[in-house]
Amino acid sequence: MYTGQRVKRVDARDKVTGRTRYTDDLCDRGAYIARVLHSTIANGRVIAIDTSEAEKVPGVVRVLTCFDLTEKHRFPTAGHPWSTDPAHQDVADRLILTDRVRFWGDDIAAVVAEDEVAAAQALRLIKVEYEEYPFVLDVQQAMEEGAPQLHEEYPNNILKHTQIRNGDYQKAIQEPGLTKVEGWYETPVVQHCHIENFICYAEAEGERIKVVSSTQIPHIVRRVVGQALGIDWGRVRVIKPYVGGGFGNKQDILYEPLCAWLSLRVGGHLVKLDVPREETFVSNRTRHSIRSHIVSWVRPDGTYAARKLEAFSDQGAYASHGHSICAKGAGAFPQLYPCENVEVDAYTVFTNKSVAGAMRGYGIPQAMWAVECHTEDVCAAIGADPLAFRRKNLMPVGYVDGFSKNEMYYDTFNQCLDKAMKAIDYDRKLKEYQNQTGDIRRGIGMAVFWYNTAVWPIALETSSCRMVLNQDGSFQVQVAETEIGQGADTAFAQMAADVVGVPLDKVHVVSCQDTDVTPFGTSAYASRQTYIAGFSIRQTGLMLKQRILEYAHTLTRMPVFNLDIAEGNIVRTTDGRVLMSLSELATEALYSLTDSRHITAEGTYQIKSNAYSLGCTLAEVEVDIPMCRAKLLNIVNCHDAGTLINPALAEAQVHGGMSMGIGFGLMERLIFDEKTGRPLNNNLLDYKLPTILDHPRLVAEFVENPEPTSAFGTKSLGEPPTCSPAPAIRNAIFHATGVALRETPANPYNLYRAFTAAGLIHDERQVAQDV
Amino acid sequence: MYDIKALYEAASVEEAIALLQAHPQAQIIAGGSDVLVQIREGRRAGVELVSIYGIDAMRGVTCDDDGTIRIGSLTSFSHIAGSPIIREKIAVLGEAVSLVGGPQIRNIGTIGGNTCNGVTSADSASTLMAWDAIVELKGPEGVRRLPIQDFYIKAGVVDLRPAELQTAIIIPRQAWEGYHGHYIKYAMREAMDIANLGCSVNVRLSGDKRVIEDARIAYGVAGPVPMRAPSAEALAKGRPVSAATVKAFAKAVLDDIHPRDSWRGSKVFREHIGVEMAKRALAKSIELAGGALDG
Repeated sequence: MYTGQRVKRVDARDKVTGRTRYTDDLCDRGAYIARVLHSTIANGRVIAIDTSEAEKVPGVVRVLTCFDLTEKHRFPTAGHPWSTDPAHQDVADRLILTDRVRFWGDDIAAVVAEDEVAAAQALRLIKVEYEEYPFVLDVQQAMEEGAPQLHEEYPNNILKHTQIRNGDYQKAIQEPGLTKVEGWYETPVVQHCHIENFICYAEAEGERIKVVSSTQIPHIVRRVVGQALGIDWGRVRVIKPYVGGGFGNKQDILYEPLCAWLSLRVGGHLVKLDVPREETFVSNRTRHSIRSHIVSWVRPDGTYAARKLEAFSDQGAYASHGHSICAKGAGAFPQLYPCENVEVDAYTVFTNKSVAGAMRGYGIPQAMWAVECHTEDVCAAIGADPLAFRRKNLMPVGYVDGFSKNEMYYDTFNQCLDKAMKAIDYDRKLKEYQNQTGDIRRGIGMAVFWYNTAVWPIALETSSCRMVLNQDGSFQVQVAETEIGQGADTAFAQMAADVVGVPLDKVHVVSCQDTDVTPFGTSAYASRQTYIAGFSIRQTGLMLKQRILEYAHTLTRMPVFNLDIAEGNIVRTTDGRVLMSLSELATEALYSLTDSRHITAEGTYQIKSNAYSLGCTLAEVEVDIPMCRAKLLNIVNCHDAGTLINPALAEAQVHGGMSMGIGFGLMERLIFDEKTGRPLNNNLLDYKLPTILDHPRLVAEFVENPEPTSAFGTKSLGEPPTCSPAPAIRNAIFHATGVALRETPANPYNLYRAFTAAGLIHDERQVAQDV
Repeated sequence: MYDIKALYEAASVEEAIALLQAHPQAQIIAGGSDVLVQIREGRRAGVELVSIYGIDAMRGVTCDDDGTIRIGSLTSFSHIAGSPIIREKIAVLGEAVSLVGGPQIRNIGTIGGNTCNGVTSADSASTLMAWDAIVELKGPEGVRRLPIQDFYIKAGVVDLRPAELQTAIIIPRQAWEGYHGHYIKYAMREAMDIANLGCSVNVRLSGDKRVIEDARIAYGVAGPVPMRAPSAEALAKGRPVSAATVKAFAKAVLDDIHPRDSWRGSKVFREHIGVEMAKRALAKSIELAGGALDG
């Protein structure tokens, strides 16, 4: 058995030796270089663009503007499966280049040049004339009457409003003896900051267009490039090499349509578009900032009588993944702490900011920030112990969600909390940090999270797999589920080796997806790769095995039901005798003069299940009150992700997710200038991504309850680790100081404001006068 | 790919001066950790460069017989931090430059570049300011030496004349002997960051360690250029080593510093942090000097 083992990554050797080739490594050096000209106003219209000076720069091939886009095909960008039902299709609101500008950084023109220097020079020489409109940056102001409108089709800028009404909230709050706890909670705009910026290149191949892209979703890119160019989808070929991280930003169509269009406008010449970091922050995708308002009515026994959530999700200027993000968090609200009487109103609203899309956690980090900060506030209001309160009110064993049919099969929350508490020495520290005074105080806090696996039943879940046997008994595995750094290929190899019965090194996972040859699938998102591919790998592996055994029957005369494959050998199960090696069989199959066969298997598995993936974070902080700093001392995540396929990779996944959660909790925030709408810190110096020195040791713990619906007992782990660190850190700061932050991150600016408001620190001028 | 018009490499100070005279538009490049960033941003695109990086005579830390410490302007941050002379005599300078960027930046970045940029946030600048450093400049007219406070003119502008380059930073014996100091960098993260506020303090205590004979304090980012806080210094001079002195000293900096409001931090926030930094940096300096605060 290879599943469950800490086997080495199949791509480890190439990656550590620098041999792995990413998109830029693969692009021919003769490529033209494309750069995008972005708008420098937040809302308005381009009246005219003067490209004459730019065109004079030596090395400039073409300067193309929004006015050169004669065929306008509006396209959606979300990396969702297509829906053949128009009512469920993503909003098609993007153009390859636009004259109607809706945020600072919108795409209005592009330069194609022989090299980067000429492209950059030309970019600086393009003159743009705008008609400026008023703009709006605040999500709730955007909903007000008279606010600047971004899209005519969406009055009050509301892209979508959904509701949940369970029980009778109004009636339930009449119950005598209830305590009302109310709070507003807000998360900022943050960005993925994957190491490899988005990059793609395109060139014509006959009547077709080939796009090589650093994407999570090659088959979806193929469809959208076809839609954006207004050509048949089969005329588009998309190739996905190794990817240096995506975190959801690359679960969106970014500049593949533009790059393809530019190539076609320069005679099909190879064109490369490598997005600089500054533009990645502004003109790719971000995480939705969500402002949440929660009201809870709590009984004297510490149970919920009624609850209400209003969530306002800032979409930025275009729909991208749209309401799916806010809706996911809204859907989690009634499940995490079940309560009979619940009202939820979720709004996704356009503003003149960078476009928000998918980002690791897909709305749940924002929702958990609101819900788990609020849980702590409830405990403080009624004097309950935060741990006991959670144990009492969290989703119990046996809980079934009516919509997804997800079931709480195990006592996961208590198991995870117990394990994490032990790892961080919770009980001792909780006691030790009571009643502190002084400038420097410590605290310990917790937060749980709710997540699921994959997107069923909201959208299609399908996985296809192909296996091709080689002469030496090894075989290729092809799936559409993509390796984007998370280790998917390794997990696939482990699963395939176990199903077919061969040593791990006999499995060759084809890492690169090419839509011309890779079986169809919708690829990396929703933490679904291992779960979803597991079904098709198991199904196809069994099919391959059956065909091998049928051929073994022709060679050995033994009945198929008495044969098996073990460690790369054909074995008779009745006595365990090795009849022949798989290598002998495979060679004979290909070269037999009497019965030559190319043994392959291919199949599609449609998945109609989903699974809860739950857990918690415990965090310990030291707060330096006068310096307005919170330092994370210890942090533990505990997950029930089912059976782990590879515990080493699982830990790495959790470490990475915790790191992202730490940034979300303590440091990161993309700031937009109130006066102009311009982003102010769109670079890795001013945008404070935590460095290695800002991390304590990251501790990943697991509870391995096998998931009954899964082909390998496994379920999601890619996104869950990011969901709970931020509120756990906030609750630790609350424990240390008594100050309940409403807004993440807990950076010095926010701590200064909160500590000043709480009277923990004072205006120095005032104090100076007293001295 | 960088938009550079021409690169001239100098092998000696004299050659650098000659190249700068021959190419008056040229910009000096040393380690390039700032200049290349500016070229990439388009601010200096198409620039001519005179590289002084190969002039080894401008590297290294020495101490003359008379106790004058001389730091060649091309000395990297990591070399300064590792220098036994710095460690022994001005340890705080090594500590301050160890907080610059990350290891790669500290290997390529030079103290000359850090000061010639004229930026208020430079981690070396407030400490050099607080230790009365002298800047040595060489140009067609010969050598000039001026106090680092006079070297800074305004944000981004230093007193470098045409075809002149900074060759060394000098700290005379009387400026370091008997002093002990501490630098606090206030930034949003523990590495790879630029100070929101930097504060460097040093003290010389009386023989019995009970009186502050001299206290010097300088800030980065408390104004457009690195600056001293003379009111606080005057207040501490001759005062007993005590918590009250530390507190009064810290409050007094408010008469000197004038940070601005920006999205990187409000004025009131920076003032608050500035006072706390002064308090902590002075307390630590006193401790390093062998003094003890009365609780």
